[in-house]
Amino acid sequence: MKSCTPYCITTGPAGLLPPAAACCGIVLPEKGQGLVEGRLVSEEAALEVMAQELLSRKNPTIFPGPLVLWAWKEGVSEKAASVLELAEEIPGVRIIPMPDYRPIYPKIDPEAVINPCHPNLTIWYNKIEVCVFVGVHCHFANITLRMIRAGTNCYTITLCHSAGHEDSMASLPFCDVEQVRALTEAVRRLKRQGLRPRHGDACGIQLTHAQQAVEAGLVWRPA
Amino acid sequence: MALKTLKVAPGFMRFMPKEYQDLVEKGPFGRQIKLSELGTFKEVLEEHPMCEGCAMALFIRLSLIGLPNPEHTIIVGTAGCGRLALAQAAIPFVYGNYCDTNGVASGIKRGLAIRFPEQDKDVVVMAGDGGIADIGFSQVMHAWFRKEKFTTVMLDNEVYGNTGGQESGMTCRGTVVKMAPTGKQFEKIDMIGLAQNAGVSYIARLTPTNPGRVVSTIRKAVLVARKIGPAYVQAYTSCNIEYSIPPDRVLDDARQVEKERYGYLEIMTDEAKSYLAQVEAETRTPEAVATV
Ligand SMILES: Cc1ncc(C[n+]2csc(CCOP(=O)(O)OP(=O)(O)O)c2C)c(N)n1
Ligand code: SF4
Repeated sequence: MKSCTPYCITTGPAGLLPPAAACCGIVLPEKGQGLVEGRLVSEEAALEVMAQELLSRKNPTIFPGPLVLWAWKEGVSEKAASVLELAEEIPGVRIIPMPDYRPIYPKIDPEAVINPCHPNLTIWYNKIEVCVFVGVHCHFANITLRMIRAGTNCYTITLCHSAGHEDSMASLPFCDVEQVRALTEAVRRLKRQGLRPRHGDACGIQLTHAQQAVEAGLVWRPA
Repeated sequence: MALKTLKVAPGFMRFMPKEYQDLVEKGPFGRQIKLSELGTFKEVLEEHPMCEGCAMALFIRLSLIGLPNPEHTIIVGTAGCGRLALAQAAIPFVYGNYCDTNGVASGIKRGLAIRFPEQDKDVVVMAGDGGIADIGFSQVMHAWFRKEKFTTVMLDNEVYGNTGGQESGMTCRGTVVKMAPTGKQFEKIDMIGLAQNAGVSYIARLTPTNPGRVVSTIRKAVLVARKIGPAYVQAYTSCNIEYSIPPDRVLDDARQVEKERYGYLEIMTDEAKSYLAQVEAETRTPEAVATV
């Protein structure tokens, strides 16, 4: 873990239960701002960092939460479409959902789902080094993000519909379709400027083995 | 939860785990499920971490099938074995503290009635005998005195199963359990009698020997609690670990206990009876039958 003062939210593993970022003096961004590794920056600067990390790190993955997955109210379908549009721009990206917050015991299938009670299992299994949480209710996102920082080396990005997340490495608050599209645009721009994506050879969204099996109508047994 | 929450956003179905695809396509939501349909629909509870052969797990599974409107139900539970399975079911679950389930349920039920005046929302407390008759006792009684309209289901395994076998108020006199080595000194609490005294509208006592009866009892209890007044279901759900019952003998034990002392008991007020008769008549109309 990088050392830096004042307190920085960098990739882990930070050890069992690192302190909550809020306890270390990190404050949430205002509308129009973003948070990068604990520092307040402009929205544009945050988007730039997010795009850079998504294209450069291994096994980028989007974790859509209930607020994106379930079209239970007006506006969700549009936001969901913008998330898919973002995914299309990140070579090799996978989409692993967090459909709700029920605990899953005795055994989780880490290729099919990410669960807030043990998010590290999905990240370890799939060797995910950068991820985006979008549409996850704040109280579940916060604990999940700390667990990820505690036990994995994954760079966490949060596109939060509410006030943002100080426990993620890069966060954008009040995030709606417009902000998701702005991130997609930032990704496109970096590629145009010559940034070669880490998984440049992979085209489009990659289905996990579990998703491929379900799509093919096969019975999938997790390892 | 409402039916709209079960619509997957366009383009995301292919990323959803199979379990959720099945829940959306073949779940028990928006229609009355019959026990005979078991195996043809996706149950709200499948995997759970309770012990092999646990009668409580069987009872919970059947109870969830009995819920008349799972998409409009909230379950309140607490510490104890039952919540291990209940928290994993595809029904909103609220974890009350070990003592305040019935206070929490009262608040939820009243809040839902204000928030959704056009839509009946069912609240069901499901907790162990320790949670209901010992530490939660006063809140259970007061919710009944206040005639709160929700269902209380006691998962009566006659012991504190989750914490390794202490006696509870519902343990029978003389019983020796692991952490009550001298045997219980007092009688099993008469919760049925207390419920009657408190004016509970629908009361039932049963074992899981007859799956159809479990399903219909829960359904009746929830329907009465929805419109008439409090409902109480007390179910013998043996703990095979603490009572050393081999998993394949759990139902034999339930049959024996039913025969010797637990029986099947159903008590309801006249108002509850006529309401259930009315619901029954309505579901038998040609239009209703055609839509089931
Ligand atoms: C206030 C409080 N006291 C004690 C406990 C510890 N505790 C957890 S489960 C349990 C016993 C559960 O027994 P019961 O309610 O009968 O449920 P069972 O496990 O038998 O299904 C106890 C005492 C707790 N969680 N909270
Ligand atoms: S300890 Fe007893 S009640 Fe609890 S899950 Fe095991 S068998 Fe069931």
